[in-house]
Order: sequence, then structure tokens, then C-alpha cells
Amino acid sequence: MDIKELVKDLAERKERAGAGGSPKSVEKHRAQGKMMVRERLTALFDDDVIVEDGRLAGLQRDIPGDAVVTCTGRIHGREVAVIANDMTVKAGTWGYQTFLKITQIQEVAARSKMPIIYLVDSAGARIDDQFDCYLGKHAWGNVFYNQVQFSGVVPQICAMFGPSPAGSAYVPALCDIIIMVDKQATAYLGSPRLVEIAIGEKTTEEAMGGARMHCAVSGLGDMLVASEQEALDAIRAYVRFMPGDWSERPSVEPEVLPARGRAPSEIIPVNQNAAFDVHELIESLIDADSWFEIKALYAQEITTGFARMGGRPVGIVANNSKVKGGVLFSDSADKGARFIWLCNAFNIPLLFLQDISGYMIGSAVERTGIIRHGAKLLFAVCEAKVARIAVMVRKGYGGGYLAMSGAPTKPDAQLALPTAMPALMGPEAAINAIHYNEIVAMDKADRATFVAERRDAYAKDINPYDPADRFLFDDVVDPDELREDLIRRFDLYCRRPFTRIDRRNAVCPV
Amino acid sequence: MNAVISPMAGVVMAILVSEGQTIAAGSHVATLESMKMEIPVIAEVSGSVSTIRVAEGETVNQDDVLFELAVD
Repeated sequence: MDIKELVKDLAERKERAGAGGSPKSVEKHRAQGKMMVRERLTALFDDDVIVEDGRLAGLQRDIPGDAVVTCTGRIHGREVAVIANDMTVKAGTWGYQTFLKITQIQEVAARSKMPIIYLVDSAGARIDDQFDCYLGKHAWGNVFYNQVQFSGVVPQICAMFGPSPAGSAYVPALCDIIIMVDKQATAYLGSPRLVEIAIGEKTTEEAMGGARMHCAVSGLGDMLVASEQEALDAIRAYVRFMPGDWSERPSVEPEVLPARGRAPSEIIPVNQNAAFDVHELIESLIDADSWFEIKALYAQEITTGFARMGGRPVGIVANNSKVKGGVLFSDSADKGARFIWLCNAFNIPLLFLQDISGYMIGSAVERTGIIRHGAKLLFAVCEAKVARIAVMVRKGYGGGYLAMSGAPTKPDAQLALPTAMPALMGPEAAINAIHYNEIVAMDKADRATFVAERRDAYAKDINPYDPADRFLFDDVVDPDELREDLIRRFDLYCRRPFTRIDRRNAVCPV
Repeated sequence: MNAVISPMAGVVMAILVSEGQTIAAGSHVATLESMKMEIPVIAEVSGSVSTIRVAEGETVNQDDVLFELAVD
């Protein structure tokens, strides 16, 4: 063969390797309305794949790529590494070269300071390969080991287009964010068949481990999307908020004014007991079309998400009184803590919108461990060394106030709106605690007046101006001037250096 | 059984529907008082209210059934 023929032969092999699995499996895949793996890459990247390793792996054994594509490409101009399962090749299962390819590109990405994106669509481990791939030092588990080594070093983003069962569920679980395609993505430790054999339960993949369940109930999923294209668009939007690695700052873009809508002063109810949707308040403060919500369907009494303010990426944590009165529960504490850790990892400043009467009380929540979950949130807040601003929108009582980055947790600023009501506990609870013996000793007829008078007196003491007078708050701000104030303050605080504590790891509540 | 359930422990402050009434998903069908906050109870599915299981002033726990629904 001359060189021309050799090159032609190579081109044919590369073409075959890129075409996926058998025609039958490709047809089945397409019949489900799913994109081929390289179509996902085309939709994800600005242009072509830049570097690809291991395209020819497995080709001579009829397992093109060993069912995974590992490559780099650009997203909004930033080069990223991608690990994408090919469902048409042996149902996207993991073999020996699969984990070699994955671990190699993970290491390349971490060294080159690039985000890693996992496009998951796999039936999990290839059982026939278990003795080579499961037990030893060089095995499937190396993938998870690397995810952990690089967690918080480079952003790790997962989108699920299909299953990721059993051990392979740890790929999404160890990433920073999981985007799940509704009615396609599933994750469960044991399949319905196995579950029936092992414990006698009859269930389905969708009911037990479907995307909606994970995004609304288990809290594994961060974002539920309706289509593969939406998942890829979401990855593109998310990458834009992130730096290349932990040592860089995220980029500030040109400012965009907030979307047209009601002003903050029109949105916030003065009646502290009335519910309102904090999403509307957030939209009035942020650059238009910049909102990227995390865990929108889970623990909705707390709202977490990324946005831009004056072009700068910001992580927002807000109590949402529309759901469960905005009271903090175990799940909402977890949701908040996780989001704070994510922002702190990648230099994204934090904004806390406080409207919190407290944590939920009662024996039911005590049994869920609300104290240790709440401690987790408090821990994440105090550990966060990124620029951090807290705004008391309405109530800011007691433990909830601290958990939402109250002044003693040393945010860069604690501001208040004129509607702010700072107190250790609300009027009703406080009067009941302070005057309990008197109330109980009184005639029932006199109680109501006594309590009402004391509550009114107590409530008069709850205002932001006494604390401001003693410089306990940094400022009281007009709600319609809050956005501008925050933009100026974030600009100021984001200039300070990032400090770390010298220790192996903190012992944090879980 | 399709039902509107309580989002958290609290006291039923207001029942905003009557038996036989058709309700749409997303509508505000009751208000609880809990932790000194007014908690709106929002219907997750559309249907008609077949039975109202609680009275105003009654204490409920999280996930208690407030209304039974007939859903098509």
C-alpha cells in the first residue's frame, strides 16, 4: 500500500468509528427521539471538536470508542472537556478503555484549567468486563476518584440524556450540577427488575428514578428540562457563569437593565405574614434574562440561582414566603448549603435576601434532623469567603437570620430595607416566652388585651433604625435603589483577596 | 386517591372552595397559618372537590389530606 492508500484507509476507520453502533441500535435510539452523541457535541460547541482522544479505541473489536467520546470544544469561546457516552454502542456501557479515556481527559482538563462536562447516557458497567475493570487500582472507580480530586478545582457539569444506573449514578452525583431531560434521564441504584427480586417491590424506572422525581423529590437533580436541546443550551448558559478553574474569577459582561415589571417597592408586602413570590423580587433586581435557577422544583421555600447584576455573575439565596411561609426545613437547609459551597468554590459572590421567621419546629422535623441540617447551612455560610452581601427584606429572626448570612456570620455587608423586622424572635413568640407566667395567672378575659398591648410595644421596637443607629446594620436602603447599591458594593468587595484556612478539611455537619 | 394535601404542619385558616366545585391546577384553594405566616395551599392538579376533610381552625400535619378530588 502506498501512503495515499494508508491515509484513505485511516479516514475510513475514523469515519466508521464516528458513526456509532449497529444500524439496529442507531435506529432504536433515533426512534426514541434521542440525538446521536456527536450531534449533541455539535449542538453544544461553538464550532467543531478541537481535540479528541481514543476515537479508534475498541474499533477492531466492534465497540467504537468503547462507547464514549472524550474530546474538547469551545463554549462561548472557552475550551471545555467533554465526556459523552454513546448509547448506540453496547448501550453506552463502560468497558476497560472507557475508564482509561475518561480518566485521561479528566486529568487533562484539570491541568489545563478547563470545565469538564459529562453527557450521560449509559446502561452502566459492562458486566462481562467486571474482573478487569472493577476491583483493582486501575478500574471504573478511578472515574469517581478523579471527580473528587477535581471537585472544586474545575467546574464539573452533568447533563443526563438517558439512564445512569447503579455505580454509574455516581458520575452525576459527584458533579457540581445535574441537568436532567424529562422522561429520558433516570438514575437508580437497582433496576426495577432487581428491586422486585431483592425486596419484592413492583415499580418502574420513571417512578423510582425518573428525572422529575429526582428534581422535585430526591434533590439529586438541579434542573429539569423538556428536551435534549434545552439541556445543551442550559450547559452553555451555566458555563458562561463559571471561571475556567477555581483560581480564576468569573467574567463580568456588559450590564443589562432588569426586565420591565413591577419595582421592588411594589412587590414587597408590608404585611410580614402575607406570602409573596420572591422570584418577582429577584427579577426586579437582576439583569434581564440572566436568571439560572438551581433546584427550582425542590425545597421551594428557599430559592437559589445564578444571575448577573451589572454584568457580574452573582449567586442568590432567597427565602420564598410563597412556599411554606419561607420557613426553613431540612431540605431547604441542604439546598442552600450546597449552592453556597458551589459559589464559594468558583469565586461567585453571594447575595442573601432575608425574609425568614425561623426554622420549622415540632417533633416531625426534629426527627428529620433539622438541627444538623440547619447547622450545615450555617456552616456553609460561615465558610464562604467570596464577597457576600445580606439584605433584610422583611423578617430576619433568630437562627434563620444567621443561617441566611446575618451580620454575625461576617458578610461584607448586612443591609436592610425599610420593611425589615430584625429580632431574636417574632412578637407573638417573644411575648409568650417573656410573660408566660403572668398570662397563665391572668383571667382569660384580660389575656387578649394584655398580650395585644405587649405585642404592639415589642413590634414598635422591631425596626431597622435602632440597629442602624448602633451600626449593627451597614445601611438601610430604598428598595428601588437596592440594585444599584448592590452593584457598587459587589464591585468593591470582589476586589479583596480570597482567604483560605490552613487545614485538611473542616468537619462539617451532614 | 387524588387529593390536596397540607404542605406543612399548621392550622387551617381559610377554606376557599366548596364541595362539588371545580378547581384548576395552580389555584389557591386554602390558607394555613403556620409559624405565624399565611401559607397558601395551591392545587397541584385540576379536578372537582369531592370531600372537604378538614374544618377551619383545625390543626393539620404535613401531608394530611385537606380535600379529596375527583380527577378526570
